[in-house]
Amino acid sequence: MTDKRIDQETGTETTGHTWDGIEELNTPLPRWWLWTFYATIIWAIIYTILFPAWPLVSGATAGILGYSTRGEVAAEIERFNASNADIFGSLETIELAALPADEDLHRFAISAGESVFRNNCSQCHGAGGGGVQANGYPSLVDDDWLWGGTLEDIALTVRHGIRNEDDPDARWSEMPAFGEILEDEDIAKLTAHVRSLSGLGEGDADGAVLFDENCSSCHGVDGMGDRFLGAPNLTDVIWLYGGSEDAVYESISQARFGVMPPWGERLGEAQVRAVSAYVHSRGGGEDMAAE
Amino acid sequence: MTDFVEPGGQQEEPKPTFHQKLERNATLLLVSSLLVVTVGGIVEIAPLFWLENTIEDVDGMRPYTPLELAGRDIYIREGCYVCHSQMVRPMRDEVERYGHYSLAAESMYDHPFQWGSKRTGPDLARVGGRYSDEWHVDHLMDPQSVVPESIMPKYAFLADTPLNASNIGDLVATHQFVGVPYSAEMVEQARLDVAVQADPDADWDGLVERYPGAIVRNFDGNPALTEMDALVAYLQMLGTLVDFSTFEPDASR
Repeated sequence: MTDKRIDQETGTETTGHTWDGIEELNTPLPRWWLWTFYATIIWAIIYTILFPAWPLVSGATAGILGYSTRGEVAAEIERFNASNADIFGSLETIELAALPADEDLHRFAISAGESVFRNNCSQCHGAGGGGVQANGYPSLVDDDWLWGGTLEDIALTVRHGIRNEDDPDARWSEMPAFGEILEDEDIAKLTAHVRSLSGLGEGDADGAVLFDENCSSCHGVDGMGDRFLGAPNLTDVIWLYGGSEDAVYESISQARFGVMPPWGERLGEAQVRAVSAYVHSRGGGEDMAAE
Repeated sequence: MTDFVEPGGQQEEPKPTFHQKLERNATLLLVSSLLVVTVGGIVEIAPLFWLENTIEDVDGMRPYTPLELAGRDIYIREGCYVCHSQMVRPMRDEVERYGHYSLAAESMYDHPFQWGSKRTGPDLARVGGRYSDEWHVDHLMDPQSVVPESIMPKYAFLADTPLNASNIGDLVATHQFVGVPYSAEMVEQARLDVAVQADPDADWDGLVERYPGAIVRNFDGNPALTEMDALVAYLQMLGTLVDFSTFEPDASR
């Protein structure tokens, strides 16, 4: 330990520490660095006054700017909703049948609907709407509709879903599991008849009678299906759960019960209509007038 | 060897200052540094345990049913959290994609929480009710069968693995021990409740009374109680408990 002194060579004061005769210079910090450091301290104090910071007994100081993360996200959503309010408002109020005639609005609905579809629908119906046929996820790009293919029909399906317990207005129908009603042998005959409706394999005369007795009330005498009941058309070679003998046998014996969740609450009316317009535009959309 | 004597002769060492003592005693220095570092932690973390506004006051949050809890254990066991977060952040794009941002209250019965910070797959905080049970089963068994572009591995074995429910009472009791408000009745009934939730034909009135809003369904469509039932029950519950119609965000958050 020696006393601090001014070093002759540099003119800088020493720290007063000596190790084996070596002394340490007490070179001051660069001024720009020091002042920047002080400035950050001052800024930190200002920051804690402006923004939420200090924890107190039952809450934290709110900051005089009144900032909150949740307030900010709410304001941003509000801002976007306000800027879309006009076009969303028109979309929500227009008669769906008239939507295709309003070219600008229709175009907007389709492209907005595409985003909605990709985020919410593609997981089951496929990125392009092709569905997973044979797995029970219907293709939306053909003109075979289980519950109807007009804009109104599609919007209703999207809004309330199918066979779900969350929405009392969900489309609902339930085919009985014929494995508990008919003999295995009869189901095999029915299978042959059902496949022959689509031109697959040889028909079965007994199967035709069984079909008439058990299936025609929903699927129609000719097997054309009934959209009111969501009963599929059995004559079009489009199979929701596969058209092989095994698959059709299983469909009759175990029955199928495809569920779609309701989207009305999650998406809101404008997005429901937008995604309906998108699905409707995919190729199979039907005119209201044609109904 | 003789003692080395400095040429100047013995010098009187001045009494060491406090700082010199601290510097020259390794253990003291270590303990003191730890104390200094702890201050940061205490200031940042400790208030969260006492601040009343940390966990929002919300309607609808309830402890997980035994089946959901078992599913949650499978979720953790299979490392789902490695690719999936459970935290919708308060940002517009996230809210638009997933739904309402997550609340602290929504993970207050999670031990440990599943927030995560890395998303290889999508966030799952609001996945409940978004897809049908059938989709979840198809997707877990073979994700590419429904989402061809997915890179998620297959979990088909869950459908064939019976759920080991023998320890479910202990599992519920353990969560009770760490502060989840399970009642004695819930612990006692756990063994029954776990099976009843996946069997709509059973008597599930008690279950729904104990756990309001619990979904009773045969989740995997298979009469046996499997790990698939538990995991799908858990997924279908995620993000659906809080009643957002009565939720008001606190101004200072």
